[in-house]
Amino acid sequence: MKGKNIFATRWGIIGVGACIGILASLLQKLGNPGNMGICVACFERDIAGALGLHRAGVVQYIRPEIIGFVLGSLIAAYMFKEYRPRVGSAPIVRFVLGVFAMIGALVFLGCPWRAVLRLAGGDANAILGLVGLTFGIWIGTLFLKNGFNLGRTQTTHTTVGWMLPLIMIGLFILMLIFPQVEGQDKSGELFYSLKGPGAMHAPLLLSLAVGLGIGFLAQRSRFCTMGAIRDTVLFGQTHLLSGFISLVVFAFLTNLILGQFKVGFAGQPVAHTQHIWNFAGMTLAGLAFALAGGCPGRQLFLSGEGDGDAAVFVLGMIVGAGFAHNFGLASSPNGVGPHGIAAVIIGLPVCLFIGFTMKKKSA
Amino acid sequence: MAATVDARGLSCPQPVIMTLDEIKKGNEKEIIVLVDTDTSKENVIRAAESQGCRINEVSPEGEGYRIIFTKG
Repeated sequence: MKGKNIFATRWGIIGVGACIGILASLLQKLGNPGNMGICVACFERDIAGALGLHRAGVVQYIRPEIIGFVLGSLIAAYMFKEYRPRVGSAPIVRFVLGVFAMIGALVFLGCPWRAVLRLAGGDANAILGLVGLTFGIWIGTLFLKNGFNLGRTQTTHTTVGWMLPLIMIGLFILMLIFPQVEGQDKSGELFYSLKGPGAMHAPLLLSLAVGLGIGFLAQRSRFCTMGAIRDTVLFGQTHLLSGFISLVVFAFLTNLILGQFKVGFAGQPVAHTQHIWNFAGMTLAGLAFALAGGCPGRQLFLSGEGDGDAAVFVLGMIVGAGFAHNFGLASSPNGVGPHGIAAVIIGLPVCLFIGFTMKKKSA
Repeated sequence: MAATVDARGLSCPQPVIMTLDEIKKGNEKEIIVLVDTDTSKENVIRAAESQGCRINEVSPEGEGYRIIFTKG
């Protein structure tokens, strides 16, 4: 099944962006939280909660979309002979970047995907987040121009690339063994939110199917929200950006049709109005994504095609979500958490240190 | 003589940065880029074409691809 990859063309990526935008808005209609049809950061945070890695009762649910993203990408990679197990490009650094990417995203309350979905739902706070994201990615491009890189990967055993997909299959099996029970906050060993965003979700199999579909399409098209901004800033290359913009436009149109569009700053779902920290949180996340070479969605798709380093970044994000809620770093609709500001202030110099000190030596 | 850029094992956007560097700074008219993923192959070809280069050959090489193009 080789040959020209139509998804990697301009119209291909626009089509994929449109699909994601429409499906995300539909998932919201079918039960996912407000302006959170899909949010990679929030959903990984919910998974961390379901496993008890944090005990924030309102955000605990194993999100089948995330499982679908990894497995959909795995299926596409095998079908098109692109599965390539590889690992060894500074995994511990990627883990740390994943932790701080998650913390930054949870100060804003969303990953880049959700930032544009919030915008498409009329949440004006998303503008601050997107400006912050762009600023963080811009800082990242300065490092890239100066020779920053995480080093080369090595080709490795097939098994290595299968680790995250297997973990995802394991999570799905856990959901089948310990299914959600109406009115109970725990089923077996899994936590299930009774209220809050964690209690809001589309039907399990539907979420999984949409996740698989998007995982497949995103692997083929190389869809990446961070890359969209990075390539535009770094090379003036707007290929990925056209997919990103397509996502916003189609999510917006779908929201209009479904009556999910409401403009304003205040009273937006799962959002706060502390502009400086919406900006700074996403600056931290954007810088971490830029240094790690992919947005949180892209890291899942890369994991599916065998990239063990991207898988470590994903695990970093899940652990970061645990820290974020255990230590009061994550925001809530009431505003930033008690230690959220400190976490951003610590995270930025950590990322800058990584950026300044990891140069060249790629030969 | 052609210039060779070995971008194998490097992830996005390194292969593109190295390719553009060679196009802008290198003296050789013909450039060979080695990559090891389909994503890098597509990105390098897209970047080279955006600089007005002509792609001469894309062939499998080891676990990846060899892309040969000439500067426009």
